[in-house]
Amino acid sequence: MALLPPEEGWYYKRVAKDEKMWIALALVVCLILFFWMIVWHIYGRQNPSFTTYRTTPQEFNALANAFINKYRTGEMNGIPVVEPPPNSDVFLVAKMWRWEPVLVLKKGQEYRFHISSLDLLHGFSLQPVNMNFMVYPGYDYVLTFKPTSTGEFAIICNEFCGIGHHTMIGKIIVKE
Amino acid sequence: MFRTCDITGLKVDLRAERLIQLNAVMAVVSLLVGVIAALLLVLTRWQVVHLLPVEWYYRILTLHGLNALIFWIIFFEVAGLYFGSTVVLNSRMSSPKFGWLAFILMVLGFLLVNYTILTGSADVLMTSYAPLQASPIYYLGIILFAVGALIGVFLFFANLLIARKERTYGDSLPLFTFGLVAAAIIATLTLATGAIIYIPTLLWSLGIIKSIDAGVYKLVWWGLGHSSQQINVTAMIAVWYLGAFLTVGGASINEKVSRFAFVFYVIGINVASAHHLLVDPGPSPAWKVFNTSYIMYIAVLASMIHAFAVPSAVESAQRRRGFTKGLFDWLKNAPWGNPAFSAVFLSIIIFGFIGGVTGVVNGMEQTNIIVHNTLSIPGHFKGTVVGGTTLAFMGATYYLIPLIFRKKIAFFGLAKAQPWVFGLGIAVLAVSMYILGAFGVPRRHYDITFSGGPFTYTFNPAVDFFWVLFAIGGITAVIGALMWILIVVFSVFLGQPVRGPQDMQLQIASPPPPAKEHHGFEAPGTLTLTLLFMGVFLVFLLLNWGWLAAMWEVK
Repeated sequence: MALLPPEEGWYYKRVAKDEKMWIALALVVCLILFFWMIVWHIYGRQNPSFTTYRTTPQEFNALANAFINKYRTGEMNGIPVVEPPPNSDVFLVAKMWRWEPVLVLKKGQEYRFHISSLDLLHGFSLQPVNMNFMVYPGYDYVLTFKPTSTGEFAIICNEFCGIGHHTMIGKIIVKE
Repeated sequence: MFRTCDITGLKVDLRAERLIQLNAVMAVVSLLVGVIAALLLVLTRWQVVHLLPVEWYYRILTLHGLNALIFWIIFFEVAGLYFGSTVVLNSRMSSPKFGWLAFILMVLGFLLVNYTILTGSADVLMTSYAPLQASPIYYLGIILFAVGALIGVFLFFANLLIARKERTYGDSLPLFTFGLVAAAIIATLTLATGAIIYIPTLLWSLGIIKSIDAGVYKLVWWGLGHSSQQINVTAMIAVWYLGAFLTVGGASINEKVSRFAFVFYVIGINVASAHHLLVDPGPSPAWKVFNTSYIMYIAVLASMIHAFAVPSAVESAQRRRGFTKGLFDWLKNAPWGNPAFSAVFLSIIIFGFIGGVTGVVNGMEQTNIIVHNTLSIPGHFKGTVVGGTTLAFMGATYYLIPLIFRKKIAFFGLAKAQPWVFGLGIAVLAVSMYILGAFGVPRRHYDITFSGGPFTYTFNPAVDFFWVLFAIGGITAVIGALMWILIVVFSVFLGQPVRGPQDMQLQIASPPPPAKEHHGFEAPGTLTLTLLFMGVFLVFLLLNWGWLAAMWEVK
């Protein structure tokens, strides 16, 4: 009786059979879900990485420029196109309101992405695979991607970063 | 200073009553601002209309978030806290003066925040992630509002102490007030976290502190941001129990279980805020898994317990009234013409099936990759805080108007339909947003055709269909909310006075006859419904994990 103090002896009343069954079931499901996340770290292939370095916008920009100059193959709509070798470090810069560079990758190969922002928070959203990660200034987020499909992919920004936010779109091309 | 209510027999402190009324009125004003903003946003995001220009879209989005998610709910909750600690306990208000101070601070905060947003000096959205910066007045407004609310929470505790000392109720608190205690404890922690993050942010916007670390800001901010939604959940569930009691005389089949579930919320729910950082660069996987799951599942378990306890309270009362045929006779013969009943029931369904199910997927470390910052996230909280909390609070006002404002409910026929219009609208909106997010449509985004960008991207053509559903659901929900505001404003300011029990349009159910000896289940209908829920939940989880496994590999 939600508005009145409970009746005498309420604390010692036995829990009904069906309520007990439900609570037990819910508890088991909760425990399974908890362990499942740990199991996925061992057997699953999609885990948000745990390698992050502290950096500064200046430092990261310098590293990214060196990377772009080293593997640059051309330009697309004013943005450099870069084709890094498999198993190498890849630098992706987020800044108002563009992603740099355009990346050309090979299917089935691993790439160590370093992702950071030069100004505000941005959101790395890879479409149409729909994988989403946060991008911070001052943090070098390391994610090792292995593309499992070919084609052209868009990186759209999905964290508000000012008035031009909706124009912030980048590109990844995955070849056979 | 007291009047005795001729309907409930409760003693009402007139000074508390005045404060309850004022806070409730401000809650409605905030909701009205939030709802108008919502309509503009729906008509902008639906690209067929694309109503607002870009700077106004983000401005109105900021306005919507703060008014609909913060001001409306917290004003209402402060009213609820005063109600639960004075009227329900037959007790007096500890310090009406501080009640006024709290109210004035909150109104001042409300005005400053809305002023800065509308004048364009705080286009930072509700989360105001540093290093995105707003005018210092904006942060000051938030701080004033939070301090005011915190004073309100302290007054609630003071009221409880007085009631205890003066022995105005029996030995144990009524369950409704007990639930509010849980909400108030969570609120204290939450608002303190708010002060910890907004004070340095204010100093930073004034130039006194040089820089704010984006990661630290986001970590602490969510201690405020998500925990404040947990206050809402806890208060909403207290209202569910209240609704079951008022509309059918339902009481928990085991009060101990319900009370423990509230205690679980206090223990587990605050750290659940960590699930906003699941795909962030800072925290380690161990930290993420521990905080969002091991601890959060204490809160999930609590929600599952309430999911059984509230409907079974209704079922058991109805069965004792003789609706014992089959599994669902009790539900068929429930008082569906009572808008408070339909509001609570729809709130339970929407919160559970939409908000709860999606919340667990969003809160798991790996599946968060799919949904983070897509439209799925606001889709999820349309299911929890709008279809759940807001709808439950709307239902509660149908009792609040005659009992506290002493006015008859205007347009009673409209009131009967209102929870359905609002509930269905929100349900359609929430589901379509969740699906749009699953297709990768981002939240907080002005133009998903990316016009002006260096590249372009076209979402799966199926999204067009869900955008239409989004618009239909959104507009329906706005109509439902405006219906409620119309009813409330008309009743309170122009309605006919309630002179006694004969003017009560809603029944206050008398307690059902005592239970007969019986064997077997107490609430087989509820058990069936909760098992159905569990089935839906597990299927939804499997779909998400299967889908995750098909993505690019990442580690």
